[in-house]
Amino acid sequence: MILGRVVGSVWSTMKASNLDGQRLLIVQPLTAELKNTGKRVICTDATGAGAGELVYWCRGRESSFPFLPKEVPTDATIVAIIDSVDVRAK
Amino acid sequence: MLIARVIGEVVATQKHPSHKGRKALLVQPLNLDGSNRGDAVIALDAVDAGAGDRVLLATEGFSAMTSVGRPQSPIDMAVVGFVDEIELSGL
Amino acid sequence: MILARVVGTVVATRKDPRLEGKKLLILKPVSPEGKDEAGYVVAVDTVSAGYREKVIAVSGSSARMAEGCKDVPVDTAIIGIVDDVQLDEK
Repeated sequence: MILGRVVGSVWSTMKASNLDGQRLLIVQPLTAELKNTGKRVICTDATGAGAGELVYWCRGRESSFPFLPKEVPTDATIVAIIDSVDVRAK
Repeated sequence: MLIARVIGEVVATQKHPSHKGRKALLVQPLNLDGSNRGDAVIALDAVDAGAGDRVLLATEGFSAMTSVGRPQSPIDMAVVGFVDEIELSGL
Repeated sequence: MILARVVGTVVATRKDPRLEGKKLLILKPVSPEGKDEAGYVVAVDTVSAGYREKVIAVSGSSARMAEGCKDVPVDTAIIGIVDDVQLDEK
């Protein structure tokens, strides 16, 4: 899973029917120091995350599993809203 | 799998049920020379690892899910072992 | 998932039979602001996207969860046409 911050959303009317009702959030990946890293991705959401929230998201086919038995064609899903990040060793 | 170092932990109250009851470790993947390999990632803990430990990181869904005993879950990385020693002879 | 822009089509006569009847489009990844990013990818279209349209593409094994892509050798599928992108910060 990868740390990220919700920075926006995407709206699409014409989309795969299995994506109906899914929010599509734009997520900026972050380093452990919460600095931006890499390209922003579009994620489905399994948590109810909102704008500006710190989250972690799951990549790959596993990211569609929260929506089973519906087969949602997603490759990135927010699976947790983070309360705190505790970096101890570096 | 990759070699990685546990550098911390994240706390999340609101998360997918399959992640509950497992530590979400902040893990830095390493190169063979010990330098950082890319950015830190989050992996669920299957072996009770903690900050500072050098560990084995599964970076693919099936191995990650099954090692934490949560099949069919949105889990793509897990800490699945401790690295005691690395021996490199072919480099 | 990523945002991308349709920049072309690919015609392939000899191909895996499972790909027959599938529209293959060339996508150029774009940032949420709409700027072109490096690289390109060939994707199977499942939502009747057209030239120059901004789309959402899913990659990896998740692409096979798109409509009509089950058991099809596809690693990127277009699953939505973008109406609007909203960025919260900046």
